[in-house]
Amino acid sequence: MAGSLPFILPMRGIARSITLTVLPALLLLVVLLSAGIGAMGIQPGQVLAILGDQVGLHLPWSYDDGQAGVLLAIRLPRICLGILIGGGLAASGAAMQGLFRNPLADPGLIGVSSGGALGAISVLVLGGTFSASLPSLLGIYLVPAAAFIGSLIVTVMVYRLASARGQGSVATMLLTGIAINAMAGAITGVLTFVATDAQLRSITFWSLGSLGGGTWEAVAASAPFILLPLLLFPRYAAALNALTLGEETAGHVGIDVDRTKRALVVLTSLAVGSSVAVAGVIGFIPLVAPHLLRMLIGPDHRFLLGGSALLGAILLLGADLIARTLVAPAELPIGIVTAGIGAPFFLWLLMHERGGQVL
Amino acid sequence: MTLHGESITVAIGSKKILDDVSITIGAGEVVAVIGPNGAGKSTLLKVLCGDFPPTQGYVRMNSHPLTSFPLAERARRRAVLPQHSLLSFAFTALEVTLMGRTPHAHGGFRPTDYEIAGAALAEADASHLESRTYTTLSGGERQRVHLARVLAQIWDAPASEGSYLLLDEPLTGLDLSHQHHSLAVARRFAARGTGVLTILHDLNLAAQYADRIVVLWQGRTAACGPPTDVLRPDLIQDVFGLSTTVLPHPELDCPLVVAGISAVAMRTGS
Repeated sequence: MAGSLPFILPMRGIARSITLTVLPALLLLVVLLSAGIGAMGIQPGQVLAILGDQVGLHLPWSYDDGQAGVLLAIRLPRICLGILIGGGLAASGAAMQGLFRNPLADPGLIGVSSGGALGAISVLVLGGTFSASLPSLLGIYLVPAAAFIGSLIVTVMVYRLASARGQGSVATMLLTGIAINAMAGAITGVLTFVATDAQLRSITFWSLGSLGGGTWEAVAASAPFILLPLLLFPRYAAALNALTLGEETAGHVGIDVDRTKRALVVLTSLAVGSSVAVAGVIGFIPLVAPHLLRMLIGPDHRFLLGGSALLGAILLLGADLIARTLVAPAELPIGIVTAGIGAPFFLWLLMHERGGQVL
Repeated sequence: MTLHGESITVAIGSKKILDDVSITIGAGEVVAVIGPNGAGKSTLLKVLCGDFPPTQGYVRMNSHPLTSFPLAERARRRAVLPQHSLLSFAFTALEVTLMGRTPHAHGGFRPTDYEIAGAALAEADASHLESRTYTTLSGGERQRVHLARVLAQIWDAPASEGSYLLLDEPLTGLDLSHQHHSLAVARRFAARGTGVLTILHDLNLAAQYADRIVVLWQGRTAACGPPTDVLRPDLIQDVFGLSTTVLPHPELDCPLVVAGISAVAMRTGS
């Protein structure tokens, strides 16, 4: 029943320091790679020079205007979006797993992402004329808001159902997820009949996920709703640690359990819903990133939340790099890449990690 | 300085789980609650620690209503060891113990918190488990780590302000020597001024370690007092339906309960 590699335990402190130093460096590396690789190659030095010139800092690498244009208008917003979404999803996954007291809680598996997608699609298909009549600034926030509400409803529902039958029962949680994913699939199916061709394409985009919509506008639309949870999660680190002992025990060590639960449900729904609104359903990042980190640095949320955000950003940018270079000049939906890598990982988890004890 | 429950009644629908039970845990005192399964022992403990409000009656800590203390304030004065603890994450035993310091930490643990966690692990005879992962520990070892956690929680509570330790069947899964060890720890905390309430099943352990015994039966207080007054064959017969002989303990100043002939007959089915 070894939950993690026992021999790293005496060195948990050291592993933690190393991991939390290496992750930012890795993120920088993936950012430079993502910025440089594509139809138009840009050397790392050139990337730095273009960025430097933006803030009036002249670096000794020369580049042409085309490269600057591609970097600033296309690749950079996509990278920013990738960092936001990867970080937001992975940190939300870590928080959700602590809240559900279960290392298998994943917004994709339990239906929270589908709920968000359903909210977004509904607004898009049914509310097209409505949103067009709104001022543009309000208009760009309408889809994220609908996605947030969709995610929130599902999170509350799953939490109620799962905790009604014993503390965070995994079976109930995953079964609820199956039901909600099926329901979301059915409703999406119905909507495809009333959707126009353009709407159909974006429905496909929502169900498989993509950073292809990575414009500065998308970054602006999602940044506040993802940054807010990312900044607030650390406040709940101690509470999440205590919650892993069960709700009553958390109360006994002085945690306001109800307030913590409400805050975490809203914050994770906000991050997941906003991610879904701009990039569709991207699975497995919220499951895989916190899991890998727990093996390296242990389950302490004081380090896990921030570390997961960094690792999630790295993984998503990496997956996006694969998604847009593997079949270039065409592009794979990123959900296919994360599922392609994440699903086998999930199966491996079920079979090995806890000796079949998870269910 | 007392933790006091007055006329506690808990009803679920028309069924009374607890019926007009009053209990006081004074500073420096070990009170054992005994009684058959379903007598309402755990419910009483949950009411006393504020997990759920009684249908009637009230709980006061140090003469103030329990609910008037903010949660963290409450947690700095009283620690609760639950009957079962859930934990499916691979924290180390030290990290679990540190969670007991949560109400004292403001934005991070101080070196003192680590020292206290270490000392609490030693007190619970679990120092050697410090860097083991909780999920790899045996049932008894887990129970000792949780004991260390609740000890760490009220470790430095000033005696003058009244601190309390509520233990719900703290001996579950412990071997014989650790059963005595855990109750001796409770006695040491009482000697420093902590009020201890512990739910026990072993009448002899209750006789040996408790200052007073409260017997719960069908949601009511059947008896309450020093072990010698409470542990009488007729009461044990009434409450537990078991025939016993009660002798003076050969070495200690407390009664010794021995199951009688009819109990043995019941066991062998003859």
